[in-house]
Amino acid sequence: MTSVIADPARDRPPGTPGTPGTLGSPPRPSPHHARAPRRPVLTAVAVVASIAVLLPLVFLLVQAFQVGWGTLDPLLFRSLTAQLLWNTISLTVVVMTLCAVIGTVTAWFVERTQIPGRRFWAVLVVIPLGIPDFVVSFGWRAIFPSFGGFWAAVLVMSMAVYPLVYLPVAASLRNADPAQEEVARSLGLGRLTTFWRVTVGQARLAILGGAVLVGLVVLAEFGAFEILGFRTLTTEIYTEFTVGFSTSAGCAFSLILVVLGAALLLGESTLRGGGRGARLGAGVARQMRPVPLGRTRPAALGGVGLLVAVALGVPVGSIVYLIVRRGSTTMPPASLLGAAGNTFFYSACAGLLATAAALPISLLSIRAPRREVRILERSNMLILGVPGLVIALAFTYFTEHYLSGFLYQTPLLLIVTYAVMFFPLAVVSVRAAVARSPVGLEEVGHSLGVPRHKVFWRVTLPLIGPGLAAAFCLVFLESATELTATLVLIPTNAETLATQFWAYQSDFAYSQAAPYAGVIMLIAAVPSFVLGRWFDRLPARGGTAEPQGPAPGTMVVL
Amino acid sequence: MTPRTRVVRRPIRTGRPILAGALAVMLGSVLLVVGNGGSPAAASSSSITLYSGQHVQTTQTLVAQFEKKTGITVNVRYDDEDVFVDQILTEGKNSPADVFYTENSPPLEELASKGLLSPIEPSTLAHTPAKYNSPDGKWVGISARVSVIVYNTSLIKASQLPTSIMDLAQPKWKGKIALAGAETDFQPIVTSVARKYGDAAALTWLEALKTNATSHIYPDNETIADEVNRGQVALGVVNQYYWYRERAEVGASNMHSKIAYFAPHDVGYVLDVSGAGILKSSTHQAADQKFVAFLNSAQGQKIIAQSQSFEYPIASGVTRTGETPFNQLQPNSISIAQLGTGAEAIKLLQEAQLL
Repeated sequence: MTSVIADPARDRPPGTPGTPGTLGSPPRPSPHHARAPRRPVLTAVAVVASIAVLLPLVFLLVQAFQVGWGTLDPLLFRSLTAQLLWNTISLTVVVMTLCAVIGTVTAWFVERTQIPGRRFWAVLVVIPLGIPDFVVSFGWRAIFPSFGGFWAAVLVMSMAVYPLVYLPVAASLRNADPAQEEVARSLGLGRLTTFWRVTVGQARLAILGGAVLVGLVVLAEFGAFEILGFRTLTTEIYTEFTVGFSTSAGCAFSLILVVLGAALLLGESTLRGGGRGARLGAGVARQMRPVPLGRTRPAALGGVGLLVAVALGVPVGSIVYLIVRRGSTTMPPASLLGAAGNTFFYSACAGLLATAAALPISLLSIRAPRREVRILERSNMLILGVPGLVIALAFTYFTEHYLSGFLYQTPLLLIVTYAVMFFPLAVVSVRAAVARSPVGLEEVGHSLGVPRHKVFWRVTLPLIGPGLAAAFCLVFLESATELTATLVLIPTNAETLATQFWAYQSDFAYSQAAPYAGVIMLIAAVPSFVLGRWFDRLPARGGTAEPQGPAPGTMVVL
Repeated sequence: MTPRTRVVRRPIRTGRPILAGALAVMLGSVLLVVGNGGSPAAASSSSITLYSGQHVQTTQTLVAQFEKKTGITVNVRYDDEDVFVDQILTEGKNSPADVFYTENSPPLEELASKGLLSPIEPSTLAHTPAKYNSPDGKWVGISARVSVIVYNTSLIKASQLPTSIMDLAQPKWKGKIALAGAETDFQPIVTSVARKYGDAAALTWLEALKTNATSHIYPDNETIADEVNRGQVALGVVNQYYWYRERAEVGASNMHSKIAYFAPHDVGYVLDVSGAGILKSSTHQAADQKFVAFLNSAQGQKIIAQSQSFEYPIASGVTRTGETPFNQLQPNSISIAQLGTGAEAIKLLQEAQLL
């Protein structure tokens, strides 16, 4: 392998000389990067991971085109499709916007102001991410029987996924240079204007990245809308699968969804532009004086309190109520512990696998950003828009037809499927961590004659560790609540919390379903809590945690 | 040494144990996974795999009794029966499924039409009246249910109820009825209407139902039964057992709904048959035949008669108590063959934009 130091392409473009504090995207490919280094091992692993992720998309295309235009034409081009498109797009846009606002404002209050109980809120506002969306819907409906329709879907989704914006924005606010806000204020800008022009500007990429994740998650959501009786493309895809005996028709609808997902990603790339945050130097690590809230303090407290009450209180409260009410059931008893064990095991393995698989492509896309790598990395994102059932059937097809059923309905394949489904969440987290770890430290290692793999283990990995942890947590959370793919691929006789919840819930046994929802929340709350705590302990530039050394590499943005 | 690595020293200390731990966990997981894996492949002739779209309660009791009687282990998977059809078709010749047990006949007819089912032994078929079996002996009828009206007693009086499902298309029912176009149990009714009045009239009727259902379009019959009981909507058409099952789950005191039958032989008064078939690809044909034979034997039928799924046993002379007796039901005469795979109904439902 060539020496890293000797390769000029590994130096950052002028203007961002290894700046640990830069926000958002990796350096865009410049003419420089035409000579990006080839790294055969990393490339091989990245390609293998990408093939696994892209397999379901291949299956989707083959199925959709197999059926023939004559069947698809009347199915796709009718008023229902238009209605579903409208439902899906308007819902996605509204939820993305709401999450961007809620996530950003909450992050600002928690990170930059003297809001009482800051650390307490920092953890609490993240936990809703760990509550499955179908449990949230279920909870609301337990309280308000006629809860349903567009605004119900907006409320449920916003409350369930806004942490996807909050987390990266909070991290980037911590990381951003507080001096800019001070300069803006000293030049006479009001607090609101400063917030809008400086703070939001600094966090722009984090907001955008988070909102796109929100959009992709909303596109693929099924369970919540099924319970709320709100029809989107994804519920329709499931319907086509479940009534038409036609995998092809379902796949054709899924294609629309993939196109929408691609549009979202393309939009993000365009909006992201060449900007990479405003910080040029590492600056001086110092404690920023949090903004005193003054008379707005009760309002700020009330706002954050209300958010937590709605996002966390409603689902938890209704689950507790249902458990306490104790309905009877004719359903056979099931093992809560066994299901919890399976959920934990499958999800944890999926988290590890996805994180490990995300590392090579993230390293390549940041440290050796060739155009092909970027395309590969972006196309992996599309999988987030593909419904779980399609992905499960794709793996069914490939294992049954090319491996004679080897691995089919084994824990390993289920874990691989989860890892594939939520791979983009891992890539986003890991890539951001790599982008934020200063290549200079690695170069120092190399210049001191340490072999490349040792530098990786001793320098790179510890630096990006927190990003890996974030990736693990996100994949873990999503896997723990997955249902439709699980039902197809779970080992026969095994149950997860989600499948058992489904079995009870569809049999009117709400009181029996509730404990499973409760345990899902408990299991999922642990990584959320860790995630929240960890963000809370990020070296503070703008926050109030104890001042630390620069340790810039430990910064991460999702 | 020390000065040289100073820069990276702290990360090493904190990073390594975590990494080592993560690696160990990952390695352990992989070993565990591989150890756990391969259970379907390990299935011997004394164990079969059942794909069940039927109710968990009944299926579990049937399986437990069968295992006790024969020593053959039955591994059960549960999912929506239509997803199972997609799954079995995707699995192809390596399908782990041996027996497929459904709530309705169309999924079985679909697999039979694709040539994926083995013939059922004639002695087994003989226990169920021929009209409830697959026309060409590819699957056997196990139990039955009928479509009824479920209505909220405080929102509508019994005397105001329609006598035919065709009446629900009238404008006076606007906002009062619930509809689950995606529910498998609804397709036989659509097929029945199309058979009697033709596709064009059936489509007009469906579109009127959709208009009348306004926002009460639900994903399945469970939701219809529940929403009617909660008082969200006055009435809906479901299979009779949904109401009994809901009563068993929530308790009679929490029931605010009742069921009513359509006029005898009404086009909407449809009898649905639940059945079981054996996959041709199964390598345990003898054990599969034994299991299917058990389902419609006197012992299996008695389990169904007492089960909490509230379906009617239809074989071996077993009857159910606690519901309108089976021989007093007066469904219309549409046959299993006429219900077919439901493809016609699905096409109409798609044209009506309900699917």
